[in-house]
Amino acid sequence: MPRNQIAAAILAAAVIAPLASAETLRWARSGDSLTLDPHAQNEGTTHTVAHQIYEPLLHRDMAGQIVPALATSWATVPGNPNVWRFTLREGVTFHGGEAFTADDVVFSIKRAKMESSDMKGLLTSVKDVRAVDDLTVDIETNGANPLLINNLTNLFIMDRGWSEANDSATPQDFAAGETSFAAANTNGTGAFQLVSRTPDERTVFKANPNYWGKGQFPLEVTEIIFTPIQSAATRVAALLSGEVDFVQDVPVQDLGRVDSADGLKVVKAAQNRVIFFGMNQGKADLETDSVEGANPFADRRVREAMNIAINREAIQKVVMRGQSDPTGVIMPPFVNGWTAELGAIPANDLNKAKSLMADAGYGDGFSVTLNCPNDRYINDEAICQAFVGMMGQIGITVNLDSKPKAQHFPTIQNQTTEFYMLGWGVPTFDSHYIFNFLVHSREGDRGPWNNTGYSNADVDSMIVSLESETDLAVRDATIGKIWNQVQQDIVYLPVHNQVLNWSMANNVAFDVQPEDQPHFKYLSFQ
Amino acid sequence: MSIGQRLYQWWDSDFFYAFRTSPVAIVAFSVVMLLFGGALLAPLLSVMDPFDMAALNLMNGFTPPMQPNAFTGDTFLLGTDDQGRDLWSAILHGLRVSLFVGFSAVGLAMAIGISLGLLAGYLGGWVDALIMRVADVQVTFPSILIAMLIFGIARGLLPPEARNDFAIWVLILSIGLSEWVQFARTVRGTTMVEKEKEYVQAAQLLGLSRLQIMRRHILPNVMGPVLVIATITLALAIIAEATLSFLGVGAPPTQPSLGTLISIGQDFLFSGEWWILLFPALTLLALALSVNLLGDWLRDTLNPRLQ
Repeated sequence: MPRNQIAAAILAAAVIAPLASAETLRWARSGDSLTLDPHAQNEGTTHTVAHQIYEPLLHRDMAGQIVPALATSWATVPGNPNVWRFTLREGVTFHGGEAFTADDVVFSIKRAKMESSDMKGLLTSVKDVRAVDDLTVDIETNGANPLLINNLTNLFIMDRGWSEANDSATPQDFAAGETSFAAANTNGTGAFQLVSRTPDERTVFKANPNYWGKGQFPLEVTEIIFTPIQSAATRVAALLSGEVDFVQDVPVQDLGRVDSADGLKVVKAAQNRVIFFGMNQGKADLETDSVEGANPFADRRVREAMNIAINREAIQKVVMRGQSDPTGVIMPPFVNGWTAELGAIPANDLNKAKSLMADAGYGDGFSVTLNCPNDRYINDEAICQAFVGMMGQIGITVNLDSKPKAQHFPTIQNQTTEFYMLGWGVPTFDSHYIFNFLVHSREGDRGPWNNTGYSNADVDSMIVSLESETDLAVRDATIGKIWNQVQQDIVYLPVHNQVLNWSMANNVAFDVQPEDQPHFKYLSFQ
Repeated sequence: MSIGQRLYQWWDSDFFYAFRTSPVAIVAFSVVMLLFGGALLAPLLSVMDPFDMAALNLMNGFTPPMQPNAFTGDTFLLGTDDQGRDLWSAILHGLRVSLFVGFSAVGLAMAIGISLGLLAGYLGGWVDALIMRVADVQVTFPSILIAMLIFGIARGLLPPEARNDFAIWVLILSIGLSEWVQFARTVRGTTMVEKEKEYVQAAQLLGLSRLQIMRRHILPNVMGPVLVIATITLALAIIAEATLSFLGVGAPPTQPSLGTLISIGQDFLFSGEWWILLFPALTLLALALSVNLLGDWLRDTLNPRLQ
C-alpha cells in the first residue's frame, strides 16, 4: 500500500473512531425505574427513565429552568386567572406514528388525577381540563393558581388511542402490586424510544428518528444502555474499567479515585433533595415497638429528643465525607419558603435528649423497627446504621430493616411502616409541593406520602389556601406560618440535603441537573 | 493406673505420635486454638462491644490502624470501619458468630445425617431408597443455593422486628440442612458393612431392639469417618456463613460476622481504606485453612489404608 493511502486510512480511522464510540451512552446508577407507567410512581429514577421516552407540556432543562416541551407557550386567559391556556407544538408524533393532539393532553391529565395515580397530589388544584381546538388546551383551577406550571414538569403525556387500546387508560396501582401493559411498554413523544427492558438488569433506548427537536438539541446519543448496579464497588469498578460512561451516583468515598483516574471526571452540584426520617405519631399504639398500649412517637418530647440526638455533623463528615449539606428542615434551599433560620441545624445535645426521654416516661428506652432503602439515596443504608447508633445513645433500640426501594416505598404508601427513611426532591421548587405530599392529612388526593399520621386542620386549610392565593406576599407569609407549625411539632427528623456527584468519561459534556434528572437529548460529546 | 501412666499412654499412642511428628498438624492446631481462644475470651480481649450500636462514635469512622483519628484523636490497633467500630473487637466478636454458626450447623447436619444414614443402612429396602434418593436430589443443588432458599423462606415467615434476633438461627438451620448429605452417605455405607459383622448378629440373637443395636453397637463404630467429615464440613460451614453474610442474607450489619465485615470492607476498597477488608479476610482465611488442614490430617491418620 502506498504511503499516502496508509496515511489516509489512519486519518479516516481517527475521524471515524470517536464518532463510532460517541453513539452509545452506557449509563449506570444504583437503582432502576420502578415502572414505565409515567403516572404510577412519583419517584426520581422512574421519572428519569420516563423523561427520555415521554414528554410533559413543559419541563426543567439541565440548568433547572422551565422550558417548553410539548407546549410552545402558556399563559392565563386574560380576565380569567383561573384558566391556564397552553398552545401545543405542531407536527409532533408518538413513537408509534400517532399524531399528538389536545385530546391526548386532556386524557393524560385526567389519567394522572385518577385514584391509582401517584401524580394526583400535584394536580389537587386542577378542576377541569378541556381541549379548545386540536392544538390548544385549557386547564381550569379551583381559584387562581399562579404556580400551576411548576406542577406539570413531570406530568407526561401519553397517547389516548394507544392507552385505551391496551387496557391502560387507568394508571397501574403500583403500591397494590398491580402490573399493566403500560408498565412494561411505552409510546411517547420523547427523543428516545424503548428497545428492550429487563427490570433491574438492563434497559436499552434508541434515538427517535422523527423527534421534533432535531436541530434544537445536540441529540448526539443514538443509543442508551441503562444498567442498574446496586453494589457501590461494582458500579465504580464498571466506571473505572470503561464498562460504563456515565454514573449518576458514585459513592462519596470513591470520588477522589474516580476524579484522578485517566479519562474520567466528576461534576458536583447541590441537589434539590432532602433526606429525613418519618415516624408515625398519629397511631394510638405502634405494632413494631416494645411499648404496649401507647405510641412513644406521639409524645413531642420523644420526637424532640430524637431530633437533637442526631449528630448531623458526624453524618456529614464521616458517612458523607463532606458531600452533604446538613439541615434542620425538610426543605432544600432551592425551594421558595426556605430561610437560613429554618435550615439551621438543631444542636446535638445528648444530655438534654436523655432528660426529655425521662420526662416522657421512657427513661429506660424502648425498641422499634426502622425501614430503610438500600439503593435509592447516597449512602442510605450507612446513614440508617449511623442513625441507629445515635438513637441507641438515648435508649431507643432500633431494629434496622433495609430493603431495595421497590419494596421500601410501598411500605410508606401502604402505611405498613411506622418509622422510615425518605428523601424528597422538589420539582416545583415551592413549599406547597412538600406540604401537599408530606404534611397535609392523608385524605383524598392529599398527603399520599404522609405516613406520619400527622393531621392538623389549621395547617390543612392553610395548605389548600396556597393553591388559590394570587398575592405572592400573602402566600409566602402563609408558607412561613405552616413551616413554623411543622417545625414546632417536629413532624419529621431532617438529616441533610444531598450533593450530586455525576461521574462521566472526559469526552462527555453534560451539566449536573439540580433535580438529578439527566435529559440525554442535551448530552454532547467533545 | 495413675494419671501419669495414663498421660504417658496417651503421649505414646499412635494417634498422638502422628500428631507430634506432623508440623502441619501442629501449626494448624495452634492457629485453630488461638482463634478459638480469641473468640471465647472476646469480651475480655476487646476494647468495646461492637454489637452495641449506642457505644459507637461515628466520628471514629475510617480510622487507619495504629494512627490517631483526625477528629477524636483515638487510636485503634487494627483501625475502625465505616461506623467507627473498632476492627480488633469486631473481628473477635465476628469470630464468635462465625464459629458458633459453624459448630451449630455442623452439629445439626451431623444429627440429621447420622440418624438418616443409620436408618437407611440398617433397615435397607424402601427406607434406604427413599432417604438416598432425597439425598441425591439435594446433592444436585449447590448447598449455598439451598441455604439461600431456606433463608428467603424464613425471612418471609418472620415478622421484621424478629428478623435480626433470629438471623443467626436461620443461618444455622440453612447451613445445617444443606450439609447433611455427606454424613448420611458415609454413615449408611459403614453401617451396611458393620451390620453383617458377627457382633451385630450376636446382638440380634440376644433380642435387642433395632434402635438399641443401631445406637449402642453400630454408631460407635461409624464415628471415625464421621469425625473426619465433621472437621471438613466445619470449614465449609464457616465459609458458607461468610458467603451468605457477604451476600447480605446472613448476620445483620448490627451484629457483624466475619463475612459481614468483609462485605462492608469491600465497599471501601477503591477509596484506599484497605484495613476494613484485609483484617477480617485474613482471619477468615487463617481459620478456614487451618480447620481444613486439620481435617485432612485427621483423615490421613484415621484411615489405616493410607498409612
